[in-house]
Amino acid sequence: MCQAQEQYGGCGWPQGRPRVGCAQKCMKCKEASPVLVIRVGDAFCKACFREYFVHKFRAMLGKNRAIYPGEKVLLALSGGPASSSMLRQVQEGLSRETAKKLRFIPGIIYIDEGAVCGQSLAERAETLLQMETILQASGFPYHLAHLEEVFDLPSSILQHVPHNPAGPKNSYKEAVEGFIRQQRQEEGGGPPLPERHIQEKLAEFCMQDVPRTEGLATVQTEQLIQLFGSVKTLTAKEELLQTLRNHLILHTARAQGYSKVMMGDSCTRLAVKLLTNLSLGRGASLAMDTGFSDDRHGDVVVVRPMREYAAKEIAFYNHLFGVPTVFTPALDTKALEKASIHRVIERFLYGLQAEFPSTVSTVYRTGEKLSATPGDAGLAPGAAEPERCLLCSCALDTNVEDGSALQAILVSEQLSQQRLPAASPAGRGCCQGAEEQRGCCTNTTAPGADARADFLPLLCYGCRLTIKDMTCLESLPLYVRSEAERRKRRALMKLEIQEFLLEDEAVNPGES
Amino acid sequence: MAAPMSLLVEFGGGAELLFDGIKKHQVTLPCQPEPWDIRNLLKWIKQNLLKERPELFIQGDTVRPGILVLINDADWELMGELDYKLQDQDNVVFISTLHGG
Ligand SMILES: [Zn+2]
Ligand SMILES: [Zn+2]
Repeated sequence: MCQAQEQYGGCGWPQGRPRVGCAQKCMKCKEASPVLVIRVGDAFCKACFREYFVHKFRAMLGKNRAIYPGEKVLLALSGGPASSSMLRQVQEGLSRETAKKLRFIPGIIYIDEGAVCGQSLAERAETLLQMETILQASGFPYHLAHLEEVFDLPSSILQHVPHNPAGPKNSYKEAVEGFIRQQRQEEGGGPPLPERHIQEKLAEFCMQDVPRTEGLATVQTEQLIQLFGSVKTLTAKEELLQTLRNHLILHTARAQGYSKVMMGDSCTRLAVKLLTNLSLGRGASLAMDTGFSDDRHGDVVVVRPMREYAAKEIAFYNHLFGVPTVFTPALDTKALEKASIHRVIERFLYGLQAEFPSTVSTVYRTGEKLSATPGDAGLAPGAAEPERCLLCSCALDTNVEDGSALQAILVSEQLSQQRLPAASPAGRGCCQGAEEQRGCCTNTTAPGADARADFLPLLCYGCRLTIKDMTCLESLPLYVRSEAERRKRRALMKLEIQEFLLEDEAVNPGES
Repeated sequence: MAAPMSLLVEFGGGAELLFDGIKKHQVTLPCQPEPWDIRNLLKWIKQNLLKERPELFIQGDTVRPGILVLINDADWELMGELDYKLQDQDNVVFISTLHGG
């Protein structure tokens, strides 16, 4: 905490909101009249704000050196303010003069989630139409997907595909130089850039082959509504939606050869996510869920270039520079304040932020210090891949160690489950009043409890909570259930093999 | 005595949902003894435009945290916030940043 105080002014007490006078000038050019106040009391004029905003995007990508020249990057567009202004930044970056130009090949994905957000087919068609106008105007190739398509996903989507080490991973500098050399040759030679040519072709192709709402299988819409209907709490619904959305984006990226996905999470959004994750027991995957770069899937890396923009900056940029957005209802639009943990945290943060403008950035910077998960960063070459959560693909955090919080929770869970059947009259038949019962009573708890018991060990602590809030696991898409089955079989096989390995060790105790 | 005043009031970022989904409202404020400021305007909006769930828009005598206010395309923090004295033909924009993006 002392360190934090030093860094943020050392006054030892959070700064209250300073009032800004009307007569003040832009803090950057010191000439023009300011149009907005960002951070703590910094007033910017329109032109300087624009420069600041655009520069921050390029600096973010440059600093992290995450994207290689010529790499295919999929922009995840929701129509909301942050991802829409991310699209604008990419457009700005690609149209710049060569020295400052972004050099990757963008594509866009939009996922229609109308089915679970209470939109009628007509409303969904209307939203899609608005989105398509934006997508076409971008000139980038794009992919439209419906959330219903998760029912067609292959179970391989849940498997970690190692990053190809032969790639340009070793030298970012070489890759940039090679790209510039190549581009100079092309500019001298006359023929159009193959990259641009391919882009145009792709755009044409996408425009012809757009899935419309008419073609949507109503069976799958019903399946999807049933799936979300089986989830008891809004908190778990939000987590499930996020998981399915990520799988669909990952699938599109893999199928279309994109090696990066750009998500438009703003600093404000990430601060909410960070505190939400903490309270959901997803602390172990915090760095992955909120960091700049997220390589949990291995081959496709998710990056979050908007993570240093506050929601206010984004809203102002979009308003002042005419960035089109499409408002789509969320799972919980207009829901009660305390409907989900996500909402409670959001309200809490915004409430604090109103009086203490550095709240969000302080939370966000705290998250930044947790930059890499030890499980992934410190992995020696040749070491076994960590076991990953079936749903969110983060390294499993559920090794039950003596004295851990998880162990305590599991023990108290077991105890409370054991008491229930004994106390109810129905459970009395086989093991009357006995404190230490086994077998017969645990089976009487609930139908489907067996399937759940098989499922839980494959999940991280946070995803366990989501699954526990579901009344029926059968409505989960097939790809999830079959991958669970496959992992279960593999675990069994491993157990069988283990016996032999142990014997082996017993024979040669001196080795290793 | 303030003369009747014509304003363009806009809602965005999802805030329009609380106003029948209508983003732009051309409104005329009636004459009243004291001059119109944003504080009065919010009261007027609550009584005349707001269709449902006022707590999602107004908190106490100001806007709910997370809703931005722009007066003639400038941050209201630069304009005196609730005390800004409205003028004829002013443009006031409310943008919700709650759960967007
Ligand atoms: Zn300036
Ligand atoms: Zn998980």
